[in-house]
Amino acid sequence: MSQRNDLAEYLLRLGDSALVTGQRLCEWCGRAPALEEELALMNVGLDLIGQARGWYDYAAELLDDGRNADALAFKREERDFRNLLIVEQPNGDYAITTLKLFFYDAWHLPTLEQLSESSDERIAGVAGKALKEARYHFKRSSEWVIRLGDGTDESHRRISDAVDRLWRYTIEMVNIDPLEQELAKTGLAADPAFVAEQWQARVAKVFEEATLKLPEPAVPFYLNGRQGLHTEHLGQLLAEMQFLPRAYPDATW
Amino acid sequence: MYAQLVDTGVKRVKSLDEMTPEERAFQEKVDADIKIEPKNWMPEGYRRTLIRQISQHAHSEVVGMLPEGNWLTRAPSLKRKLQLMAKIQDEAGHGLYLYSAMETLGADRDEEIEKLHAGKVKYSSIFNYPTLNWADIGAIGWLVDGAAIVNQVALQRTSYGPYSRAMIRICKEESFHQRQGYDILLTMMREGNDAQKAMVQDAINRFWWPSLMMFGPHDADSPNSAQSMSWKIKRHTNDELRQRFLDQTVPQLEFLGCTAPDPDLKWNEKTGHYDFGPIDWAEFYAVIAGNGPCNRERLETRRNAIEDGQWVREAATAHAAKRAKKQTAA
Repeated sequence: MSQRNDLAEYLLRLGDSALVTGQRLCEWCGRAPALEEELALMNVGLDLIGQARGWYDYAAELLDDGRNADALAFKREERDFRNLLIVEQPNGDYAITTLKLFFYDAWHLPTLEQLSESSDERIAGVAGKALKEARYHFKRSSEWVIRLGDGTDESHRRISDAVDRLWRYTIEMVNIDPLEQELAKTGLAADPAFVAEQWQARVAKVFEEATLKLPEPAVPFYLNGRQGLHTEHLGQLLAEMQFLPRAYPDATW
Repeated sequence: MYAQLVDTGVKRVKSLDEMTPEERAFQEKVDADIKIEPKNWMPEGYRRTLIRQISQHAHSEVVGMLPEGNWLTRAPSLKRKLQLMAKIQDEAGHGLYLYSAMETLGADRDEEIEKLHAGKVKYSSIFNYPTLNWADIGAIGWLVDGAAIVNQVALQRTSYGPYSRAMIRICKEESFHQRQGYDILLTMMREGNDAQKAMVQDAINRFWWPSLMMFGPHDADSPNSAQSMSWKIKRHTNDELRQRFLDQTVPQLEFLGCTAPDPDLKWNEKTGHYDFGPIDWAEFYAVIAGNGPCNRERLETRRNAIEDGQWVREAATAHAAKRAKKQTAA
């Protein structure tokens, strides 16, 4: 694979995680626990889908096969999606949603910190803007993890259950992916070792304040979002999201 | 509009001679177009009417997110998805500042929301209609937000200061939504295939009459209008606003290349307005009474959101209390 293709692959990973997170946030519309949260969730979702578009636009240029950002979002199969497994998990209750966002944000923020200094100007541009948004996302989700962890008995139980359920997927935030490691060497991508270290430190700090027990580090297992090996949830999510462009393949909207 | 059939609790408007000195001073202020502010004296009926109207308006913003939310996960492009998310986010924001305006009158947001969930107060009838294809999202932006704007532009001059200022802010955002809604339909008509064009006409057929109903009953059947007009809570009658909306909408309909489901709709040279056919008021009252196509689902969704979120709000409160305690100790 050429570096050009590797880079496109990396951009799809960034875009897919942002898009799928945003899509899950759309499912909350009208169902959030308070009106202020409706506003905040929609705001985060808007940021992320906007970022996804930025990554897809660039990926489409690099791929140069006639597909545009919309085609990448709406016409790819589930096996071609490269998002982290954590973001495709169903929303569950507010504890699950909060923790999914937090684990993602704690990975996203250091990733963007590095990408905003990428040797590729285009990447640095998208990441620079996204970084400001991701700082707020991380702050917000950390605060909610702390509130729920150190709130009532019920909220503590619910967020602890969420940790049990989601922890296995955090392997993807700390493992060292060879493609990313290679791209990082040339200053194009975020260094996975730095991101892993940051992720662990940030999660440990917030968990302590939230009075949550930090599990043993997650271990690799059969599934791998970066390789397109997803949980069954992604296919359902895409079926809904991609319905119109697939039902009317040549239509303009 | 977003507020329909708002009861003033007043059977007959008092003349200045019949008023107490306080009432007279208040009415003279209103007549002179001086804004009423939260700390000013106001008749109890005025205060209660405003709470009813503003809360109804706020509830409508929030319930109005649901028919759009039905297509949010299925928006057909990144651009359309982002636009719709931004619109829904604005609506949640409108809900928030309308509730704040309402609270300046001494009402409590949670109590008013409880009344909504108990079915004791209303929200706009329009949001009880289902969204059945993507063009419905365009039709809502164009017709529903369009109708809302006609009403809200008038309400910018309403007599209560906080409500008037909320309207000024909301109108700016709504006109943006309306243009985006129209753009969805125009794109489907100009660049779309036959199936897409059929979706647009179908959406207009379903949303046309309910949009006209948004303005409420004819003036002759609107017993509360006189008092609301005298207090300048309302600045124009239902029929005036409906006609204004229709006159501006029909040329846009023609520009789209679509038709209205009204065989009587035609330009009247003499009056300089469009004539239109009879509105099915039986349908309007049925929807208002809770028997519209989606009343049950809309309220159920809102009730569940608040009930399912109770433990989350309790956790936030408990955590804030713990934090405050720690800070006092330190």
